[in-house]
Amino acid sequence: MDLILEGIVEAFRLLFGGDADVYEIMLRSLWVSGLALLIASLIGLPLGVTLGLSEFRGRHLTVATVNAGMGVPPVVVGLVVSLLLSRNGMFGFLRLLYTNWAMVLAQVLIALPLVTGLSLAAVQQLDPGFRLQIVALGAGRLQAFWLLLREIWVTLLAAVMAAFGGIISEVGAVMMVGGNIRGQTQVLTTGVVEETRAGRFATAIALSIILLLLVFAASLAMTIVQQRGRRRA
Amino acid sequence: MRQAVGTTGRSRWSAAAAALIVVACTLAAVLVAGCGSEADEGGGETASNGQVKADQLILATTTSVKDSGLMDDVVLPAFNEAQPQIEVKLVAVGSGEAMSMGERGEADVLVVHSPEAEEAFMAEDYGTLRLPVARNYFAIVGPADDPAGVADTESATDAMTAIAGAESLFVSRGDDSGTNVKELGLWEAAGVEPSGDWYIETGQGMGETLRIANEKQGYTLTDLGTYLAARGDLDLVVLTKESDDLANYYSVIIVNQNLHPTVNAAGAEQFADLLVSRQIQDALADYGSEELGRPLFAPNAGALGR
Repeated sequence: MDLILEGIVEAFRLLFGGDADVYEIMLRSLWVSGLALLIASLIGLPLGVTLGLSEFRGRHLTVATVNAGMGVPPVVVGLVVSLLLSRNGMFGFLRLLYTNWAMVLAQVLIALPLVTGLSLAAVQQLDPGFRLQIVALGAGRLQAFWLLLREIWVTLLAAVMAAFGGIISEVGAVMMVGGNIRGQTQVLTTGVVEETRAGRFATAIALSIILLLLVFAASLAMTIVQQRGRRRA
Repeated sequence: MRQAVGTTGRSRWSAAAAALIVVACTLAAVLVAGCGSEADEGGGETASNGQVKADQLILATTTSVKDSGLMDDVVLPAFNEAQPQIEVKLVAVGSGEAMSMGERGEADVLVVHSPEAEEAFMAEDYGTLRLPVARNYFAIVGPADDPAGVADTESATDAMTAIAGAESLFVSRGDDSGTNVKELGLWEAAGVEPSGDWYIETGQGMGETLRIANEKQGYTLTDLGTYLAARGDLDLVVLTKESDDLANYYSVIIVNQNLHPTVNAAGAEQFADLLVSRQIQDALADYGSEELGRPLFAPNAGALGR
C-alpha cells in the first residue's frame, strides 16, 4: 500500500514539478500516437464509410477481413514491422528501426483496421430507410452523403477514440520497433516497463498514473462531445 | 438490414475465410520479413542494403548496464561530445540477445557481461575485437532469516549447494541474460541440477525478478546495481561477500563488419576506444558512490588477463 501511495505522490511531483524527462516522454507518447491516429483516421474513416455504403462482389469477404484485421495482436504487428525495418529486412535501407517514425508506422497499422471496421459498422447501423427517405425528399448524392455523416459522426468519433486508447496503451510493438531509447524513442508504456524492470517502482507507478490520466482525459472529451451531440439531435 | 457478420450461411463462410486470410497473411508477412533477416553466413556477399550509415551507432547492451545509469549519465554524454555527428541508439536487451543481434549485424557494438558466451561469439568471428571494460560483483540476496544458511557459507558454490540442499525457494531470471548464465554456471559448479517446486524462472529483468523474490521471500542472484537501486522497496538482504566466483566482468565487443557491411565499425571502434580510455575508466571508478554509498563498478581495462 505504501508503494502505491508513494507512487501517486511521486506522480504528482513529477507532473507538477515539471520534471523534464517525464514531460518529454509524455509529449512523445502523445505526438507519436496522435500522428498515427490522424493517419489511420484519414485513411480508415473514408474507407470504412465507403465500404459500408457500397455494393460489390466480394463485399462480404472484404468486410469480414476488416473485422478479422481488428483482432490481429499488436505485438505481432510489431514483430513484422521490426523484422521488415531491421538491417537485414526488406526495408532496412530506410534505416527506420529505433526511430519515432517506426513507432508511428506500427501504430498506424494497428489502428487502421480498428478505425475502418468501426466506421464500417457505424454506417451499417443506419436505418436503410433513412437513405431512401432523404433521397426521396430530393437530396443530391453529395447532400445525402453529408447528411449521413451528420447522423453517424458521434459513432465515428467513438471509433477514433477507441483506436487512440488502443495505440497509446500499446507496449509490445513500440518496444520492438522503437527500442525504448531514452531521449529518443521512450514512450509512457515502455517507460513503465523499464522502470519496473530496474526496480524503480515509484516512478513506474507515476508513469502509469500519467498514462491513465491521458486515456481518461481522451475518453472524457469524447463523452462530452457525444452527449452534446445527443442533445442536439 | 445488413449485418457486418450475419447469421446467413454466406456470412459465416466469409467470416471464416476472412479469418483464415488474415492469419495466412500475417504468417506470410512474418516469414517474408524473417527470411530477409536470416544472417548471411560465410562473409561478404550479403544481399544488403549496402551502405554503412556512419552517423548512427547501434549499441546493444544489457539491462543491468543500462539500469545502472552508467551509459546515460557518463558514457553517452562523453561520446556525444567526442563524436557529436554520431547518434547512439542504446538498445537494452539481455547479453544473449545482444550477441544474437551482433551475429545478425543488427548492432554495431556490444557491451555485455557473459564471458563464456562472449568467447564463443569471438571464436565464431562474429566480433573483431573484445576488450574488458569494468568489473563488479554479483550477490546472492535473500530473506533476512536466511533459512538455507547462505551467510555462513564461504563461497558462492557452497551457497548454491546449501540452497539446493534446503530446497529453499530460488528465483531465477531464466532469460539467457549475463546474470542468468552466471547463475546457471554456479549451479553447475555446485553439481546441482536445479529443478522442482523450489526453483522458479521468471523470464524477466532484474527488477521484476527481485520483486518476485521479495514477494515470495526467496533467494536470487542479482547484480549489485539493480539491487541497490531497488533496496528501499525490498525486504531482501545481501548474503554473500565479494568473492572471485561472484565476479562479474563487462566487455565491449566490436561487431565484425566483414560479415555485415552495414555495421558501423568505425563508430564502434571510437566507442570502444572511449570506454577503455583514462577519462571513462576514471569516471567509472567513482560512479554511483554519491547515491548508493559505493561505486558500482571497478575499472578493468588495464587488466587484459584475469
